[in-house]
Amino acid sequence: MDELIMKTAAELAAAVASGEVSAAEVTAAHLERIAAVDGQVRAFLHVAEDAAAQAEAIDGKRAAGEPLGPLAGVPVAVKDLFATVGMPTTCGSKILQGWLPPYESTVTRRLRDAGAVLIGKTNMDEFAMGSSTENSRFGPSRNPWDLGKVPGGSSGGSAAAVAAYEAPLALGTDTGGSIRQPAAVCGIVGTKPTYGGSSRYGVVAFASSLDTPGPFGRTVLDAALLHEAMSGHDPLDSTSIDAPVPPVVEAARHGDVAGLRIGVVTEFSGDGYQPGVMARFTEAVELLESLGAKVAEVSCPHFRYALPAYYLIAPSEASSNLARFDGMRYGLRAGSGSAEEVMAQTRAAGFGAEVKRRIILGTYALSSGYYDAYYGKAQQVRTLIIQDFDAAFGQVDVLVSPVTPTTAFRLGERVDDPMAMYLADLCTIPADLAGNAAISVPCGLADEDGLPAGLQVMAPPLADDRLYRVAAAVEAAFTRRWGHPLLAEAKGLKGLSSQ
Amino acid sequence: MSITRDEVAHLARLSRLALSDEELDHLAPQLDQIISAVAQVQEVAADGIPPTSHATGLTNVFRDDEPAPCLPPADALSGAPAVESQRFKVPRILAEEP
Repeated sequence: MDELIMKTAAELAAAVASGEVSAAEVTAAHLERIAAVDGQVRAFLHVAEDAAAQAEAIDGKRAAGEPLGPLAGVPVAVKDLFATVGMPTTCGSKILQGWLPPYESTVTRRLRDAGAVLIGKTNMDEFAMGSSTENSRFGPSRNPWDLGKVPGGSSGGSAAAVAAYEAPLALGTDTGGSIRQPAAVCGIVGTKPTYGGSSRYGVVAFASSLDTPGPFGRTVLDAALLHEAMSGHDPLDSTSIDAPVPPVVEAARHGDVAGLRIGVVTEFSGDGYQPGVMARFTEAVELLESLGAKVAEVSCPHFRYALPAYYLIAPSEASSNLARFDGMRYGLRAGSGSAEEVMAQTRAAGFGAEVKRRIILGTYALSSGYYDAYYGKAQQVRTLIIQDFDAAFGQVDVLVSPVTPTTAFRLGERVDDPMAMYLADLCTIPADLAGNAAISVPCGLADEDGLPAGLQVMAPPLADDRLYRVAAAVEAAFTRRWGHPLLAEAKGLKGLSSQ
Repeated sequence: MSITRDEVAHLARLSRLALSDEELDHLAPQLDQIISAVAQVQEVAADGIPPTSHATGLTNVFRDDEPAPCLPPADALSGAPAVESQRFKVPRILAEEP
């Protein structure tokens, strides 16, 4: 592999800033990598035609002595639900196929301002509904560790692109685990920031009270650099929090858990958890203890109701949000007859099975007669989950758990069993319902299949920096123990690079 | 059985989804299974617990009402399936007089 694609985002930004390498060279190396391997990985739905021009513009600024942003010349892959001017935004759906947004999302605008090169748009489960990318209407992405396995989802294309060295950084969104679960099964780092810490303006809505844009990187520091660059208050998003961005980069540079109180969530173990995943999790907890953390078990009794509450709340919000896709103003228009008939035929043709399932489920949960028993009850459970977190964070500084109960599963394995697919989000959903910050950091390979497992760290809202302090300490200690980063063990990746 | 095929068909009509018979046959049992599973929330003793619709605790967010540029009409119409006289052109929305 070209040595430029092996570098971290932090190294690339420093090399571009010092003039050691040009942004054009960095972008060219990554475009070459995409051309070489993406036929197999299928992480990208669209590669930016102007990527080279974006990079040349950065080099021009440097030559002119203008100030460069913190991500100057660093390629970033963008989940295909961020509105990007000049690049299609499909959300993995036929209903938006070919749509060119007339405006730019706040997050991608900030990344352009920070000097990042938006190198392309990545594959995802349609409307971010899924845990494998198999719900993409444009075919699934593959896990670079094993092309027969899923890369997780819904931000699976972004995770696969970073794991396959097609980009050092990528953007995702997390509604029920859609950043952390793919990060875990692809062996990279992914963060769900505090809800409202990153703007939803220009992000195609799935479940508005949960949707949170966040970063992917191969290292904890890289994820922090992207986290910081994309975050901050945005007047264009009324749920954006008007508070300073937590000092995540500083925290990532100073990993340390000495004296930190860490709670192990007792509810996240037992039946349904792959032994190899639990073994790596237990090892990570022992590691944290050996680094000076004070570890205790913490019970969060209502977490077992998080999954059912989520699968009422998120579909309810989706059934309302997706009403805008009606074939009248943009996107697909199909069928004939009255406007109402055209709407129904457009939506039938444009949406895939999982989206239809969730629209109907949400419509059911919100309908009179069922509202109190389903949506209303789920909202009360949400309160109880927040109370569980409040009680837990009264005793400990962060909570830890596995990210997802199993390693990457086989393509096709859960496609027609929605409940089995939903279980992938079991451990990640509580942080979404409570609006907390949470991260996934690699903690080793499961013995059964040699595939990566992730450690989840959860922190209270606006304490995102704690995640990076813990994750950086874990990453440094494991890298010392293994003698190399986890991705160096990805056999599938070696197969890719030799072709 | 928590939901019948007829109920799913009704919900699909409410959701403006023209589902085929095959889709209904496929979706109805899956939705039945999902609804049975999510009904677990009803086990929770939540009397007197206030609902949470949103985790930030923010209530109304106001801003000053200041004029600012907005999307030019050509941009707003750029993704439209059909356009006429700088407007979205849509199929008829009212039935003919009987």
